Amino acid sequence: MVIEAFVNHGEATVVVKKENVLVFAQGLKKDPALDFDMLIDLFGVDYLHWEDKADRFEVVYHLYSSRANHRLFIKVSVPESDAAVDTVTGVWPAADWYEREVWDMFGIVFRGHPNLKRILMYEEFRGHPLRKDYAYNQRQPLIGPRN
Amino acid sequence: MGKPINSEARATETRSMLLNVGPQHPAMHGIVRIIAELEGETVLGADVEIGYLHRAFEKMCEQGPYNNAIPYTDRLNYVSPLINNIGYCLAVERLMGLRTTERCQYIRVIMSEISRITDHLTCIGATAMELGAFTVFLYMIKAREFLYEIIESVTGARLTISYARVGGLKADLPEGFEERLRDAISRTRKVLKEVDGLLGANRIFIDRLKDVGIISREDALAYGITGPFLRSTGADYDVRKAQPYLVYDRIDFDVPVGEHGDNLDRYAVRMEEMAQSMRIIEQALKEMPAGPVLVDREEKVIPAAEMVDEAKIGHTQGFKAVGVEADPTLEGTGRPFHATVYAREKNVSLPAKEDAYGNIEGLMNHFKLVMHGHGMRPPRGEAYFPVEGANGELGFYVVSDGTERPYRVRVRPPCFPIMAALPKILTGDMVADIVPTFGSVNMIGGELDR
Repeated sequence: MVIEAFVNHGEATVVVKKENVLVFAQGLKKDPALDFDMLIDLFGVDYLHWEDKADRFEVVYHLYSSRANHRLFIKVSVPESDAAVDTVTGVWPAADWYEREVWDMFGIVFRGHPNLKRILMYEEFRGHPLRKDYAYNQRQPLIGPRN
Repeated sequence: MGKPINSEARATETRSMLLNVGPQHPAMHGIVRIIAELEGETVLGADVEIGYLHRAFEKMCEQGPYNNAIPYTDRLNYVSPLINNIGYCLAVERLMGLRTTERCQYIRVIMSEISRITDHLTCIGATAMELGAFTVFLYMIKAREFLYEIIESVTGARLTISYARVGGLKADLPEGFEERLRDAISRTRKVLKEVDGLLGANRIFIDRLKDVGIISREDALAYGITGPFLRSTGADYDVRKAQPYLVYDRIDFDVPVGEHGDNLDRYAVRMEEMAQSMRIIEQALKEMPAGPVLVDREEKVIPAAEMVDEAKIGHTQGFKAVGVEADPTLEGTGRPFHATVYAREKNVSLPAKEDAYGNIEGLMNHFKLVMHGHGMRPPRGEAYFPVEGANGELGFYVVSDGTERPYRVRVRPPCFPIMAALPKILTGDMVADIVPTFGSVNMIGGELDR
């Protein structure tokens, strides 16, 4: 299930296959020794120009255990052709808004999410702004060209 | 004549009502919309809409060199900007494997704690005002003013401070800082005592807050809530204790926790945290390594601008022996201060202003760090650094591709998960409870929407 595990700048990090992320997350929460009761953060990274990355996107889950005081970063690489990951909202409700943000900013779909819609941008917004091929000064139809 | 209307059936029909609060509502602090479903006065459910203050913080950070992101971080949490500054710099420093000087770390702790106090003052003041206690608001803002004056004397600005730098700080503390800070703290303590007298036993205030906006400890953890909001439920997670950074491990302070997870506990936790922050400041002031003493220069001192003019016409002989007097607005950035607050890594730390203006090595160093296409280049990789923000864990996750620009900067905004849990917290309470509960969230649009 785990492809790779290492310590990165003092933070334990594991790389997990995309298909296994939900099972892995459930296990991490249930295991009494690990006891990851908090999903601190969930976000995406777009590695468009990185030659050494096989897949374009990476979704990072940042877990913390309030009782055992340890952290874990889970990385899942997501190819552009199949930009979809299983949702973990059932494991941590915190994932609800975070996954909406990743969808909004990167266009990665979270399968089984109860309410996957844009969160920071408006519904009419075109594109996903944190993708590397979205220019930072790109105009939107509702806003119109710069006069 | 038509058929008689069945008036009885109409009178008994009940439907829930949708009430739209915000985004332009004074109690919504500007930029959040809550759509509440009501039955009578009870909230059946709520939908929270955010994003009205989205400024593409994370995208803009990718457009410029590392130090260029610092002014953006000021505007994340605009009530305690210093913590954001410092959090971002700590993340980049971890990425570069850099350790700042002792004095710099103490200054960062002091400035973070001052910010935490100003943040809590604003939060409690605003909550009290929204419940009708306008006096408290004025008192709190007065106390915040004492601290803002201190911040202004150190950073030169009240809000858009941009004080921290990767590898150090913009400048050392000004003269007479300690006395002024101690004075401000004692005045703030008086105000807090006064406010506690006004609110702590106030029947109206307590009735409005007690058993309102309750969240259980399990729910708070499941939603990823941190900070005073989580601690009001009894969990004691505080980044300063759990993973001490800077010099927090050398300082003695307590983490106040609540019991019920209601609005009153959040008020109490914030009040106590301010007292603890003052304790931290006082210890840090005592333990901070002594500042540098300005050395008397026998040589003639000429202002930097004049020296540049002289150099333009070729009068450069003997320049190296002569000290340059930095502009008065750059007070604290001179060479003697510089060494104490900046790490001695030339590939990261900006040179002292006299050096940048006064000799070729300093000028080149400055050039290599700030000009287009140059700048510090952290090794390829990524680093995360959490700090305890005023609202909870504030973390920066910085990805570097080895160039002078950050490849990705991710902020873990502390009030984002709290806002996500807000519908759950509001459900079951009354309409009038929306305002105090929302006030106790201390929603800061800047960091919520980024």
